[in-house]
Amino acid sequence: MLRYALKRLGSLLISLIVASLVIFFTLEVVPGDPASFMLGINAQPETLEALREELGLNATKAERYLSWVTGLVTGDLGISYTYRSPVSEIVAERLVISLPLALYALILTVVIAFPVGILAATKRGSLTDVAVMGGTQLGVAIPNFWFAMIMVLIFAINLRWFSAGGFPGWDAGFLVAIKALTVPAIALALPQASILARVMRSSLLDTLSEDYIRTSRAKGLTKRQALRRHALRNALIPVLTIIGLQLSFLLAGAIIIENVFFLPGLGRLVFQAISQRDLIVVESVVMLLVFAVIVVNFLVDLAYVWVDPRLKDRT
Amino acid sequence: MSLLSISNLSLSIHGTQILERVSLSIEPGEIHGVIGESGSGKSMTAFSVMQLLPDGATCSGELRLDGQDVLHADEAALCAMRGERVGMVFQEPMTALNPLMTIGAQVAETVLIHENVSQAEAMRRAQDALERCELPADTFPMSRFPHELSGGQRQRVVIAMAIALRPKLLIADEPTTALDVTTQAEILSLIRKLVDEDGMGVMLITHDLAVVSGLADHITIMRNGVVVEQGEGATLYRDMTHPYTKALFAASSHQPDRTEAKADAALLRVENVTRSYALPRKAIFGAPKRFVAVDNVSFEIKRGESLGLVGESGCGKSTLTRAILGLEPLQGGVITLDGSPVLSGRQADLSVRRKMQVVFQDPYSSFNPRHKVGRLVAEPFYLLGRTATDEEIEVALTSVGLTPSDKVKYIHEFSGGQRQRIAIARALIIRPELIILDEAVSALDVSIRAQILDLLADLSKRFGLTYLFISHDLSVVRSITDRVLVMKAGKIVEEGATEDVFDTPHHPYTQALIDAVPKLPDLDGIDIGRS
Repeated sequence: MLRYALKRLGSLLISLIVASLVIFFTLEVVPGDPASFMLGINAQPETLEALREELGLNATKAERYLSWVTGLVTGDLGISYTYRSPVSEIVAERLVISLPLALYALILTVVIAFPVGILAATKRGSLTDVAVMGGTQLGVAIPNFWFAMIMVLIFAINLRWFSAGGFPGWDAGFLVAIKALTVPAIALALPQASILARVMRSSLLDTLSEDYIRTSRAKGLTKRQALRRHALRNALIPVLTIIGLQLSFLLAGAIIIENVFFLPGLGRLVFQAISQRDLIVVESVVMLLVFAVIVVNFLVDLAYVWVDPRLKDRT
Repeated sequence: MSLLSISNLSLSIHGTQILERVSLSIEPGEIHGVIGESGSGKSMTAFSVMQLLPDGATCSGELRLDGQDVLHADEAALCAMRGERVGMVFQEPMTALNPLMTIGAQVAETVLIHENVSQAEAMRRAQDALERCELPADTFPMSRFPHELSGGQRQRVVIAMAIALRPKLLIADEPTTALDVTTQAEILSLIRKLVDEDGMGVMLITHDLAVVSGLADHITIMRNGVVVEQGEGATLYRDMTHPYTKALFAASSHQPDRTEAKADAALLRVENVTRSYALPRKAIFGAPKRFVAVDNVSFEIKRGESLGLVGESGCGKSTLTRAILGLEPLQGGVITLDGSPVLSGRQADLSVRRKMQVVFQDPYSSFNPRHKVGRLVAEPFYLLGRTATDEEIEVALTSVGLTPSDKVKYIHEFSGGQRQRIAIARALIIRPELIILDEAVSALDVSIRAQILDLLADLSKRFGLTYLFISHDLSVVRSITDRVLVMKAGKIVEEGATEDVFDTPHHPYTQALIDAVPKLPDLDGIDIGRS
């Protein structure tokens, strides 16, 4: 197991290095000079040159890449061109919203999807199953920003249970902050839960028709016992894969929802940074997201081995 | 009172009649063989006893186990019965166990479900059951997972689960069909031993008459959901009256009418062939170890000859087949067909490859279900670089006993036997010289198998075909081949004329294989309708 973890860790590092190279050199070819963007079109050439020197834009590409990567490792992400403050601080401010939001949405996804998927699988072909399949079809098809707007209409404007957007900060108290994230998290979670419930249902149906379920019934287990003791863990393997993909998506893909709810999260930060050619922020946030995706995949790989003993021999 | 008494049991599933007035009874300590071909209802009879029937099933009649009315029992009573008073063993040991649980936990579960005992006590009882099934703790610790065991060992675990609580009845549904002959013999003698120790009754379901002969005290023969004949194991074969029983018996020992090949020049020559695979690297430095699947094998097949290749799972016969077809790179040696090497570089040489075709075991999964039969049969034409004419397709279908109009149908419209005919038509269509039959009749019922063997014998005569017949079923190999090779652990351990090898085997492994084959009683002089 340790050998396997180390091996996966090795490939994680290689992925990170490759990703950093791709991100850095892709953004290098993006047109637009950050210095001239910051100073506007009427800037004096001397001022522009001085700013370029200050921002380190005049060094060779290799030098700039190296200093960027060293900065990433030591936590010094440089100074944002537009905000004029350390990128690490800006990112940290946004991360305390985006990370809890993603985890909150993921927990909701799992909490909704598991029971719904299991229910549909055990009552296959029944009205419940038909309702679940129809409902999740809708959940997948409807864009989450539309969901978000409907929920704002219902819960914020009509019922006045939640505010329509914004984030009071964690200083306002844990419950207050969580309350502000609830509607966005639901909007993010519903489509994901629909997907996951469908995966859970079909994975469970596959497992329930396996020979070992029949064997367990021949031992005297009730249907419910066979489901709990034998089917669920076996059905979990494909579900884990999807959960890993969803967490990555929830971290990076909340741009629209953050805009709908005026949440100052990572998504909005990237959006603004791109439109302002604040390449150093874009690079850092994209690298951070890549890092998160790779780490999540690493954890999913470890989870596979924990669930399925057959993989231990191949490790 | 009988341990199990079934009288006039009828079963229908969604309105389709599956069983019709089936009656049989099993006494304690009795092995009762239930024999029939696919669709005979033998497994459904067993699942009726367990009441583990598919949705939409309705039973009528009477079914009593140890006095309990099974058909009218509620689900809680049935759960209490399953595993406690009746245990069940299934055909496919590779999938019958939960891959994520240790074997100890799975056997202990039977005890935990039925008795209010501690985990430790359940594990102790599980150990006891595994030992009775000849899986001792020092070589097979209970912490093993199913994938760490062979098929035969897994079947022992399934049996241990079924007998952990010493049930009064054991239902074994084709328990040895998926196993090698030597493993089959071991499992059958294990079942015999358990019956002698505990005095439990056994319902032994099989399609193979030979498996139950000499083992079963009583035999029931079923066909299309109806019992056609019943009798004592010792005398049924002698006294059988029903034409179906006779036909089944004749098909089991069917000898296709074939003429021996004339010794001719070699068609396929396999010289010192070695195929090995790199094993997963255990150390960072040093070369990884290699597994030698085919170890310095040499033989030849003469034109018009039928050569058998027998051996148990894992002996390398499939790898050798793939190598002959040019699908495996070789680490040593050369394979030539008609003097030309099969491989050119790492790829099969198409001009050589078109002279041989293959028929696989599973008629259900070896066809693309989205293509019509005409297209499926014409597939080998890519080797010739042109498309098949309608006439060629029709001739191929006709020569295997199908009709030209079958070419517009899809594969799901055909039975297993018909599909295997289509597979043979596909192999025949470009008139190859060598046909490799890789377990080509193993998945078929005995009566269908007899027809396919006749077809193969007939085609060989008509087209002068050469066969390489690969099988784990020794009786089939004996009936259709001129010469036979016995393969073990990648090596050919014995080679000779089929009759000589079977009558006087020299290698101990060949002897063990032949001894393990269940035999039908010799019925010379009794009319069983064999011509």
